Amino acid sequence: MSPPFTSSSEPPCRSSITSIFKPSWHSSTTHASKDEVGWGGFNQIYLVFRYPPRSVKLHTLLHIKKPLKMARRQVGHAGLPLMNIVRMKGVPILQQLEIEECLLRTSSDNWCIINDGADKPSIVMGVSGKPAGLVEIRPVLEDKIPVIRRFTGGGTVIVDHGTIFVSFICNKNDVADVQPYPRPIMSWSGLLYSQVFQGIADFRLRENDYVIGLRKFGGNAQSITKNRWIHHTSFLWDYETRNMSYLKIPERAPDYRLGRDHLDFICPMKDYLSRSDFISKTIDATRSHFSVKSTEFETVRLPSNPKFTPTSRLLTNQELEPAGKTSI
Amino acid sequence: MASRIWASKAASYLKISTFNRGFASVVKDLKYAESHEWVKVSGNSATIGITDHAQDHLGDVVYVELPEIGTAVTQGSGFGAVESVKATSDINSPVSGKVVEVNEELTSSPGLVNGSPYENGWIIKVEISDTNEVSSLMDSEQYSKFCEEEDNH
Repeated sequence: MSPPFTSSSEPPCRSSITSIFKPSWHSSTTHASKDEVGWGGFNQIYLVFRYPPRSVKLHTLLHIKKPLKMARRQVGHAGLPLMNIVRMKGVPILQQLEIEECLLRTSSDNWCIINDGADKPSIVMGVSGKPAGLVEIRPVLEDKIPVIRRFTGGGTVIVDHGTIFVSFICNKNDVADVQPYPRPIMSWSGLLYSQVFQGIADFRLRENDYVIGLRKFGGNAQSITKNRWIHHTSFLWDYETRNMSYLKIPERAPDYRLGRDHLDFICPMKDYLSRSDFISKTIDATRSHFSVKSTEFETVRLPSNPKFTPTSRLLTNQELEPAGKTSI
Repeated sequence: MASRIWASKAASYLKISTFNRGFASVVKDLKYAESHEWVKVSGNSATIGITDHAQDHLGDVVYVELPEIGTAVTQGSGFGAVESVKATSDINSPVSGKVVEVNEELTSSPGLVNGSPYENGWIIKVEISDTNEVSSLMDSEQYSKFCEEEDNH
């Protein structure tokens, strides 16, 4: 199965980033709604990407209140480090992962990527995931569900249009009170999302999962380099119950799962707050740690590294089929 | 008191130092990088792994991504990764050179990195290209102090 985007002669990372950031102004008749744009406050830029599922053309809607030139190590209000927030909608998860890994490895800035829904159902495994133990191979092959191995650790999720992705890519020195190890980073993110759900739901971080009560509603994973880290989450705002049947109960599961099958183990966030409220509250919570700064993307020069190749990839049928034969 | 004396003599015999608080060991004859890898140098050969401090902070290692034999490594740059607690963490080489051997045992037993970080949990062996680089690494005392400062930060 070929990837959903065209390649170019440019290095893959740069190609992915520049093709998405290529500006194309909406006409006034197709102006995005406030809900999509998210006018959360003054002096902020949200770059909103709409990715039509069957088109390789990417349209961007850029609202700039006060474009500012970006310095290498940015400090904003009250000395807080700067965080660039990028909002996307319907971008394929593989492309999102490639963007994230490129930013992690080649940028020196802080980024918060928010992708409001994937374009189609896809299974996403962690770096060491083995298909035979994690997915029901026969129906996955029959229904042509993409299976992606991502560059971060952690378990397996199935994502679709009901999933909201939030990713934080940070310089460790800009979050200096958090040691660059898995558990401290996880605790930091747990505190951030506690602010989001305060007064709304019984949110907590439980055995490295985001839960409401005893039910998981967000899967998270991380990758840590020498000086930077990414913490990314797929939040189940809603999901198709039939899609969960593509996943097996994993061998490595948290204790609190108590052997429950998927539908008894997870819950949708939609019962607690709307998509737009979740996204705006997440951005608000981010302001506690960072200064959210407007950015003019034409002036952003991502570190050029022609040798960088993203490692997240789509597994081929040939890689899945032996697992399917073994499991029969 | 007697057990402390015994522990101190055992530590001295094994060339192991312990922190004042009694956790995260270092080995005296090794050299250490700020990114928490150790290297044992013998002529132009180096054996590399991650320290007890690193494995303790990372948690249970469930997967080790190993480089291929023949891969070039550069001091301070990543050559592989470990997975623990839903995170991949880069492993960086303390020296430059070429990978001549990898610890295949880690594929079936990644927990060796936790249980025996300085011995059975070694990760790669390298033919060093510039032995002068070793002088820029920390000795065990310097590394112990570095870890203490990092944890107290």
